[in-house]
Amino acid sequence: MLPLAATAIYAFLHLPLLVLAVFSVNSSRFTLWEGFSLRWYRAAFEDQQLIEATANSLLIAAVATAAAAVIGTLCAHALWKKDAPIITMSLSLSLVTPEIVAGISLLALFQWIFRFLNIHLGLHTVILAHVSFCISFVVIVVLARLRTFDNSLEEAAVDLGATEWQAFCHVTLPNLMPAIVSAALLAFTISFDDYVITSMVAGVDSETLPMVLYAIARRGANPVVNAISTIIVLALGAMILASERLKES
Amino acid sequence: MKRLRLLFLLPTAGILLLLFAVPLCILLVYACMTRGAYGGTMPPFTGENWLRVLDPLYLGIVGRSFLVAGVSTLICVILGFPLALFISRSGTRKNLYLSLVMLPFWTSFLVRTYAWMFLLRDTGLINTTLQAMGVIHEPLPLLYNWWAVILGLVYGYLPFMVLPLFSTLERLDPSLLEAAADLGARPSQGMLRVMLPLSAPGIRAGAILVFIPCLGAYLTPDLLGGGRTILIGTLIQNQFSNSRDWPFGSAISLALMALVMLLLWIQVRRKGEPLL
Repeated sequence: MLPLAATAIYAFLHLPLLVLAVFSVNSSRFTLWEGFSLRWYRAAFEDQQLIEATANSLLIAAVATAAAAVIGTLCAHALWKKDAPIITMSLSLSLVTPEIVAGISLLALFQWIFRFLNIHLGLHTVILAHVSFCISFVVIVVLARLRTFDNSLEEAAVDLGATEWQAFCHVTLPNLMPAIVSAALLAFTISFDDYVITSMVAGVDSETLPMVLYAIARRGANPVVNAISTIIVLALGAMILASERLKES
Repeated sequence: MKRLRLLFLLPTAGILLLLFAVPLCILLVYACMTRGAYGGTMPPFTGENWLRVLDPLYLGIVGRSFLVAGVSTLICVILGFPLALFISRSGTRKNLYLSLVMLPFWTSFLVRTYAWMFLLRDTGLINTTLQAMGVIHEPLPLLYNWWAVILGLVYGYLPFMVLPLFSTLERLDPSLLEAAADLGARPSQGMLRVMLPLSAPGIRAGAILVFIPCLGAYLTPDLLGGGRTILIGTLIQNQFSNSRDWPFGSAISLALMALVMLLLWIQVRRKGEPLL
């Protein structure tokens, strides 16, 4: 009885994406099966707007992830030594803040600052927003790893004459690397997928892949979206599996 | 020692201050101002926006959001419980089964919502298949209604229910169920009167984790509900785009934020442990 129910729920979780993948290689424009074809993949790779949006998304995710990984790791290390209640609380709060509220408050901030500085919305505002929501994920993953790490290793290094900084760089950091990469992969997938916050703080020239997909999805069925969706799921899925592996190792 | 720690905390503190605390403060200021003739915000300062949140029209939307989030959470419990129980009893395959729950969750929320549009729309897979088979002649109105929204929310946040439930069920001592059986309880009784109460902390944690994002959801009601299903998220978005009423939009945003904080505070206080 229980395995049966579990199988049904797993089917519920995975079938919709599987169906999407199957129909991405359907030669028909409509939702009836007419035979295998890669035409929608070709159409996706020839679409200039899609390519530009993907490039934007990759750039944003890469920069935001790198920044969040560095900043979040430092923060996790400091929190591991001693809790800083205000920072911990703010990080948890930013984690549960509804996306729409986060997006709108950031938009308000940027508009307000830019009134004084004469800067416009663009890739840089999107990157800033992404850094802010990626940090929490990095801190969670890295802190979890640090809690299983033996503090005496760092102390031993200091006793042997290393400075605090040297002990961090040469002892703790190498041990943390798998967790940091795992956290970075996670942050990358979150950044790459974000629509709500991004669409609020993006300028006219900084359209991202989720924004393009959203626009097409609203207009109606388009098999090209099936093709792109399948690529996204496969790529992000591979990253998540790699992240899980690293976290366990 | 101490100096390095402060140096490590500084970047995060700076970003939290600049990109989290200050923006919320700006919203707070906006929420007390008046809407300009062409949108934007102007003095005089007023408490009117806060009173407007209590208008029956908007309270109706808030109530509906609670209802939709509540029903979604309930369905998540019903689906999540057997799944979590199954995983907690699956021995060495535990990690594999957990990954299978998390995998779709992390691979793109937008794509997963689109997948349901692909299945549910008038010319979608379900309708065209049923019509081809001659079961129905007119397409069923599956998309753009409340049930489509709830389906999308359940699909989107089910993993948030499974994870905490799994961790409480995993710690549950199986001998308690055996004891209940020895004392004459039928399996269903053991389930309802022993296992369910003992897994209450997991259900509570999962319920909060599902309820909060459902309450503020924007993408799901927008795509699966069409324009017909207004929830708090949509209401906020509308104030900043179509209606250009930033002060009122700010007031609703902060009211939602306060609600989320209250729910979180209740949960943290009950469990007595931090979220991070």
